[in-house]
Amino acid sequence: MKKKVLSVILSAAMAATLLAGCGGGGQEAAAPAADASAAQEEAPAEDAAPAADDAAEAPAAGAGTYALVTKSAGNPFNEKVAEGFQSAVDEMGGTAVIQHPESATADAQITVIQSLISQGVDSICIAANDENALQAALEEAAAAGIKVCSVDSTVNVASRSVHVNQAGVTEIGQCLMDAVYDIAGGEGQWAIVSATSQAANQNAWIDAMKSIMESDSKYANLELVEVAYGDDEPQKSTDVTQALLTNYPDLKVICAPTTVGIAAAAKVLQDQGSSVKLTGLGLPSEMAEYIGDDDAHSCPYMFLWNPVDLGYLGAYTSAALVSGEITGAAGDKYAAGTMGDYEIVTAGDSGTEVILGAPFKFDPSNIEEWKSVY
Amino acid sequence: MEKKSLWKKITGSREASLVIVLVVLCIVVTIKSPAFMSVQNIMEILKNNAVIMIMSLGMLCVLLIGGIDISITSTLAFAGMTIGMMYKYSVIGSTFLGFVIATAMGAVCGFIIGLIIAYGKVMPIIATMGFMYIYRGLAYLVAQDQWAGADALGSFKDFALNNTLGFGVLNNVIVVAVVCYIIFFVILKWTKFGRSIYAVGSNAEAAEISGINVAAIKTAVYTIMGTLAGLSGALATSVYASAQPNMQTSKEMDVIAACVIGGVSMNGGRGSVAGALLGALVLSVIAKALPLVGINAIAQNTVKGVIIVVVIVLNVLTQRMMDKANLEKREM
Repeated sequence: MKKKVLSVILSAAMAATLLAGCGGGGQEAAAPAADASAAQEEAPAEDAAPAADDAAEAPAAGAGTYALVTKSAGNPFNEKVAEGFQSAVDEMGGTAVIQHPESATADAQITVIQSLISQGVDSICIAANDENALQAALEEAAAAGIKVCSVDSTVNVASRSVHVNQAGVTEIGQCLMDAVYDIAGGEGQWAIVSATSQAANQNAWIDAMKSIMESDSKYANLELVEVAYGDDEPQKSTDVTQALLTNYPDLKVICAPTTVGIAAAAKVLQDQGSSVKLTGLGLPSEMAEYIGDDDAHSCPYMFLWNPVDLGYLGAYTSAALVSGEITGAAGDKYAAGTMGDYEIVTAGDSGTEVILGAPFKFDPSNIEEWKSVY
Repeated sequence: MEKKSLWKKITGSREASLVIVLVVLCIVVTIKSPAFMSVQNIMEILKNNAVIMIMSLGMLCVLLIGGIDISITSTLAFAGMTIGMMYKYSVIGSTFLGFVIATAMGAVCGFIIGLIIAYGKVMPIIATMGFMYIYRGLAYLVAQDQWAGADALGSFKDFALNNTLGFGVLNNVIVVAVVCYIIFFVILKWTKFGRSIYAVGSNAEAAEISGINVAAIKTAVYTIMGTLAGLSGALATSVYASAQPNMQTSKEMDVIAACVIGGVSMNGGRGSVAGALLGALVLSVIAKALPLVGINAIAQNTVKGVIIVVVIVLNVLTQRMMDKANLEKREM
């Protein structure tokens, strides 16, 4: 009897937590939608006349429902992308549906995509956790009339209309290579601390750096001694960075094209007072402590792109696809709000992409300003 | 009574055989990379693995009573992330207070798990799986899509850089780990509470009949585990100068592996503090050595797994030899 009562209570408790869990999730999802609808109400009030004019010609111009799927919840970078996306959709007077999958996996994203299909959104803009695994789900979305573009991390050509690229792979490779050349003083040993050995972004950038180094005799005196993988874990990144210092006493520069890796490496170098310097791609808020020109700081400067602008461009690209202004073919041109005009070009994977711009440099002169942004 | 020969002593104890494995491992690595045996390197190993070593103590107690806890790294992240955000928004400034808050949060987290397992009679793996998601989710909620980086943590990160507690020789983080090990060694060996833990794990019914409050012991053990996880949350945040909601994800397996390598039985009742320490050290040495001796990055996980299995098989064989020897003695 006692057991039965207990199991009833437990089941009740479980049901309650389930409800509470769903309630929480629902609220979060509802919040941006509520914001957006508020903005929608404002928009017609402000420019009711042009909206009425437009309505005669292109009924859905900017007023659709645009979805953004990020890589995962709990990452400041993704949050800033979402912020830019939201503000662009607000400008257009549309509705933004922003979804953060519960984990950084393709599985979690597929679940989100399927729920977006049944919600009947007009477009999906996705930062892919896996290049190929989302193909079936995204093709299903496209078949349902939803326009698909990728942002930040691409999906394969068959899955997308166009990719919104934070910076071309070659531009990033060139930027990092020049930074290594500059910091090393033109010659010496350098190493890379990457994320996982399968990370598509990092591998593409590393390959670009390698081919730039081989193709230009300017870099002939630089020797890439090792590509180490810290798996985007602080603990493992610390181990591999320390191993690099031990194994290569003449090492001059470490390049870490990953936000977790660069912070862990920066800490190791700075704590040990090592003469090895660091550059790469990192978050200003995580790296502020380590950026400086003197010997007390391990990182003279590093790069990243502006995630707010990236999300903003993603939203305008989605809207242009939905309105039919562009189809995603190379040569298509469109305007992205306050950011000006963009043109679609052919990407390295024979699909098409639009490139945000050159990577942004963070150095001692601007880090104080940016560290509070993201 | 005949005196045991040295050989018998060595083969007669699981811990001793682990020491041999550890020494062999270190020698092999040192041959391949002489810098491995430097004082600095050893200190780095201890500091970078202090969190795993400390949580292994809690896991030892949990395994001793025949339980398991896979929610520990979630508790760690919840506690670490909370104090990280507190420093970021200047809610607190004192390093000591940060440790107190994180440890207390861990204790509460563990206590809740303990109540549910001991008094709700829920299977530990199921209960802690649920709390793995709950506490991890809370860490994300606390984080609000932000990280607390080195700049935001202020002077808190200096704790892991200084040697003040270690009289200028040992790093603070290592001192904390050493103190934990001394406390647990004493508790498990010489206190009534410690012996009760073993009693509950060996035979819960017998323990109950002999007057031990089994449910209370179980609750206490999960509370201890949570406390150590909370403490580790503060330590990890300080060591890596960064609090992220996904910190140490899936490292609970390393903690369990450390115990199992150290000869702690997963059925309860058998295991020692020395074993947990040696198990954690074996894992630490492997983690440090693999990148150092130049094993291809893609092959590292495979090599790590092979070494773990080999060590465990060796340990089981030693145990069997021990049991056999004991039986032979009885027949005499």
